[in-house]
Formats: sequence, structure tokens, C-alpha cells
Amino acid sequence: MSSSATAPFAPHHLAPGPGDAADARLLAGWYATGQPATLADHLGRHGPPPVTAVAGGRTSPPLVEAVEAAGLTGRGGAGFPTVRKLRAVAGRRGRAVVVVNAMESEPASRKDRFLLAVAPHLVLDGAVLAAIATGADTVHVCLPRDRSDQYRQLSAALEERRRARLDPVRLRLHALPHTYVSSESTSLVRWLNGGPARPQGSPPRTHERGVARRPTLVHNAETLAHLALIARHGPDWFRQAGTPDEPGTTLVTVSGAVAAPGVLEVALGTPLTTLLGRAGGPTEPLRAVLLGGFAGTWLPDAHTHTPLTRRDLAPLGAVPGAGVLVALPHTACGPTETARMLAYLAAHSARQCGPCRLGLPAVAEDFTALAAGRADPDLLSRLHCRTGLLPDRGACRHPDGAARLAASALRVFADDVDRHLTHGGCPATHRPPRIPVPPATPPETWR
Amino acid sequence: MTRTRTLRIDRITCTGRGLCAELLPELIDLDEWGYPVLKDRAVPDHLRTHARRAVAACPRLALHADRGRP
Amino acid sequence: MTTLALTGSPLWYASRASGTLALVLLTATVVLGIASGGRAAPRRIGRFEIGLLHRDLSLLTLVFLAVHVVTAVLDPFVHLGWAVSVVPFGASYRPLWLGLGTAALDLLLAVLLTSALRLRLGVRRWKAVHWLAYAAWPLALFHGVGTGTDTRLPLQLWLYAGCLASVVGAVWWRLAKAGPGRVTGRLVAAMAATAVPVVLSAFLAGGPLQPGWAQRAATTAALLGGGR
Repeated sequence: MSSSATAPFAPHHLAPGPGDAADARLLAGWYATGQPATLADHLGRHGPPPVTAVAGGRTSPPLVEAVEAAGLTGRGGAGFPTVRKLRAVAGRRGRAVVVVNAMESEPASRKDRFLLAVAPHLVLDGAVLAAIATGADTVHVCLPRDRSDQYRQLSAALEERRRARLDPVRLRLHALPHTYVSSESTSLVRWLNGGPARPQGSPPRTHERGVARRPTLVHNAETLAHLALIARHGPDWFRQAGTPDEPGTTLVTVSGAVAAPGVLEVALGTPLTTLLGRAGGPTEPLRAVLLGGFAGTWLPDAHTHTPLTRRDLAPLGAVPGAGVLVALPHTACGPTETARMLAYLAAHSARQCGPCRLGLPAVAEDFTALAAGRADPDLLSRLHCRTGLLPDRGACRHPDGAARLAASALRVFADDVDRHLTHGGCPATHRPPRIPVPPATPPETWR
Repeated sequence: MTRTRTLRIDRITCTGRGLCAELLPELIDLDEWGYPVLKDRAVPDHLRTHARRAVAACPRLALHADRGRP
Repeated sequence: MTTLALTGSPLWYASRASGTLALVLLTATVVLGIASGGRAAPRRIGRFEIGLLHRDLSLLTLVFLAVHVVTAVLDPFVHLGWAVSVVPFGASYRPLWLGLGTAALDLLLAVLLTSALRLRLGVRRWKAVHWLAYAAWPLALFHGVGTGTDTRLPLQLWLYAGCLASVVGAVWWRLAKAGPGRVTGRLVAAMAATAVPVVLSAFLAGGPLQPGWAQRAATTAALLGGGR
């Protein structure tokens, strides 16, 4: 039943890992019943959303305080403290707008899709509670256009809520063009304002002037689900899982060479090896893992004992990102897999900023030449130089992510790269690729 | 009162014409396609006039010297 | 022919001279603007120097335009009045051909104002108004040719030809150097660059270079006045 069944590039069926549900919060209902939660199920399990705290003037609403005490951070990839966004939007004049980012454009991630499929009302509760706390009257839920069954499911969930007269705010569902960068928060705002779903440089920032020039709060779907639980159970309960610095649980999509790929809910600070173990364990000896998705970092197998926190991963140049863990076996060719991902990222650039329009395709081409064993003598130094010039030079973080992937591949697969440079390839080069990558063709539409 | 200025480039508007690097080579380099690379975002006092000229010279108005520190 | 040009007060001479100079300077400004807009970079000098030259020439154009307008208004022969300097097509003397010049001046003033405020307006609004400079140039050219005091002087004809050739040449050079894309904009530019010389030659042959243009230029007042 998982919505991933409809995903166009999902050769493996992703279901949450079996058994061990000790950490489960967002997915607790799913573990208990194995059924997607209807509104009745949801209300029976969690009770109605605590919306009583509507009254009160400009003083900080209790929910904002609770989110601050809980230390919740964004689960969409950037890991920004949720309370800072809430405060920024609540502190501005004018009716605010809340945008639920459920685009999940990261090809290796399934977690938002899965969460919305099994516990849609938890996400919607969070959005409504955030809207009330920031004085917003509208919630826009943004889904990718090519997942029509998800759209149907969610409009049914919204209809249920409407009939139950649950929400004091308007909820609207939108289907956006599905490209890698259309999940960027400014892309959503630009599209909702009638423009293309391409990132917009700032300032003005979204929280200052977003949808219809109103202060706009954009949050990832999972973040809002956590917020809905914090509103019910309080910050102390939230902090029972995770580390003191980075509390709570998080959803992780584990795929690649593991026995039971799927979406897991784990406490932050869980070592990566434990994650792999909960996904059934590696099916063959691992070479490396890709953490954070296509815009993430390759980590050598030796580092898989690292706990999943920003603090522990930072020295390795990695971030948890949107919770993606891909296991790459020894029999796979790291440079080839990286080259395919880079080609996809280059094709999905919004073609707005020079460094991303020219630099990123150049890096991708160099990598493809390297993977294919067509490297010229200057290739490696050129690749290092061009990769180093990508970060921090775009309107969004797309080039930064691609550069992170390329640089970590050069580091982690240094031996393979060397063999590709001297011998034109490695034994694994001619085997079929292991990581599913969508076709590297530019998006058909941005509107 | 702080008078520090911070360089910012509107990357979507910038078309890589390169006038900024001619006028402010101390802080701005160009990549192989002619797009600016900021060596340092903070404008030191002795370069403030040059920075202002570079901002005024940009034919796309993509270079900004914002008030305050980065 | 020379007797035609040698009547009138010193103000009249100053007005004609400054007008002609303003046209030459405007042409140079437009040529620099067109040539520096593309991707091609100059070899010997910096791009910023071309930008500064473009700015300075445009300011100099406006200085000579101011002289041109002030002397023309002060000249006792034509009795223009100050309103003519900003309100087009209201003059008692050759209203159509004078009006073209007034319209060009208005456009250039709009360009000047928006350029001064461009950091506040943002690139889109500034550029939108800046395009008007392209309209001001042919207006100024037809104003000079049509008002026609000096049009029949061979030197003046050569000057007009030179102005025309440099702008058309700049447009074609930029089109030749440009990469792919923006086909519509390029077609429009190419067509406009072809149309202006054709229309101007036809107009010259049928109008100012024929005998009796002075009377006919004045009668366009009736035509235009009837139209309004």
C-alpha cells in the first residue's frame, strides 16, 4: 500500500522496517495497526489537536514556547531550528500563511510520502497548529504533480477534516511540477504566487514577504508532524528520545544493499550501523554509504559507527540531510554511481544562476568522463577546482549539495578514481548500476 | 553605529559581465565562465569607495553592498 | 542653399549647432550601449571604462540638448515658448518635426531620471525605461532631418549618414556576436535596424530634399492639427 509503489523510479518496494518499534512516534499508529490512519483512528489515538491556545495578543503562544523547549529542528534537510521560523513569522505584521512542503524531490527519500500515506492527519494537525500559533488563516499543502494517488488520498483526508469541522483555518492542496529544486521553500512560494517553481534569491526572505506578499512559514511535512506531537505531549516527552543537543526522533529512508529497505523512525543519535541493521542488515559487504541523499555525502564503511547527529557528522563533512541512507556494496563502482547522480542534478538545475547553469554541468561531464575512463591528464585538478567553486554561489543550495556529493566521492573513492584515471575503469564499472537514478533530462515544465 | 558593508550578489540577475571584478579585484575574482567569485564578503574600510563604484557599475544591478556584517 | 542657412540670429546658429552635436553624442551613446550589451569583451580597455564612457557621453548629450532647447526657445524668430520644450506637437513652428524632438527629449529625461534612481528601482524597472533610449534616437534623427534647416547641406547629409551607419552597424555587430536564443527580440532588432535607414532615405528623397520643403513642413501643422 505504500505510496512508493506509484513512484516512477522505485524498483524496490519500500515498507517500514519490521518489528522494533520502540522509538516510533510518528509511525506508532502504523506499527500498531499496519493500516493508514483515518481521521477517526487518528483522533482515537492522539485526541483532537490542542487548539485552545488561540486567544492571547502578541505574547508568544504556548506552542512556540514548547517547540523552543523541545529543540525541534527542520526535518527537510537544512536542520534549521523550527522555533526561529515560527517566531520570525509570528512577529511580523499581517496575516501569515503556512506552507506544508511535502514535495520530497530527493529521489532516494520516501519518508514524507510514507508519513503522509500512513498518518496524514498528524501532518495536517501540525500545519493547523503552526497556523494558529503564527496567526495564519491559510495552509497550503504542496505535493508533487506526478503522485496522483497521494493527491487523491490527501484530498480525502482534507474532506474528512472539513466534514468534522476540525480546523479553524483554510487548508488547500496544490500539485506542483516535480523537479529536484522545486522543493526549495522559495520555489514553493514563487509557484503559489503564480510564477515558476524555481528558487528565488533572497532578500526579501519568505518569512518577511512570501505567498501573496504575506509572512510565510514553510515547513517540511515531517517537521509539522513532530510539532503536532509536541503540542500534545510537551517538550519533555519529546526530549526523551535523541541526544540533549539534538532531541527527538527522525524518519530515515534506508535503501541500497540492505535486506529490508524502507522508511524507519529512529532516535537522533542512533549509529548508522544500527540503522542498517534495522533495515535487515547489509546483503553484501559494504563499500560506503551515501548519507543525506543526492545532495549528500559519501561516507566510507569504516565510519558507519557514527551517530546520526549533525554534531557527530560535521567532522566528516556530512549532514543528516533529509534522512537518506543508501548502502553501496563493494561490487559497485562509486565514481559511476556518483556520475549518474551528478548528471541528474545538473539536468535538474533551474538554470538561473551562472555557476549552476555552467559549472554544475561541467562537473557532471567531467565526472562522467572519469567514470567512463575517458579522463584527460588535467581532469582531476580541473574537477577539484570546479567543484570547489560551486558552493555558496547560487540563489539556492542546489550547487552546494552537488559539490558536496562530488567532493566526497573524490575523497571516499580515491582508489577507484585513481584506477579510472590510470586503467580507464575498475572491475565494477561494467556491472549494472546499483542506485536508482531518475533520467537526467531537464524538467518539462516549471509551472 | 556600524558602517561595515557586506558584498552580496544576486545570482539570478547576474549575467557574468565582469565589470565588478575589474573595479574590485581585491574582493572579486571571476570563474572560467566570467561569473564572480567573492574572495571576501566583508568590505574593508579602504575599499569602500571602490566597492561603491563596482556596485554602481554593474549593468545588471546584481552587486549589492549591504549594511552590516556578513 | 547657403543663403537659406545664413539667415537669423546668433541664437539660431547656436541652436542648430548644439542640436547637431547632441545628435552626434546621442548616436555615440547609443552605439556604445548597443555594443557593450552583448557578451563580447573589449580587448584593450576594461568593460567598466566603456560603461563610464556611455554614462559620460549621455550626460554630455543632455548638456548640449539643454543648450539646443534654451537657444531655440529664446530665439526671437520662431516664438516657441517654454511649453514646447516638454509638451510635444504643440509648437506654432513646424509642430510635427519639432514635436519629434520634444518627444525624444522627454524620453531621454525619463531615462536620465530612472538611471539616477536605478539602485532603488531594481534592474527590471530600470531596464524597461532604458529601452526608451532606443526610441529616442530615431525620433531625434527625424526631428533633425524633418525640421530641415540644414538638411540640404552636403556635410549635414554626410553626418546623418554616419550616425545611421554607426547605429545600424552596432546592431548588426551585436547580433553577429550573440549566442543562440531570444529569436524574437533579435528579429525585431534586425528589422528595426533595416527599417530606419530605408524609411529615412525614402523620406529624404520625397521631402526635405525636394524644393519647397519649408512650406510643406509648416503645413504638416494643419494635417496634425486636423487630426487632433
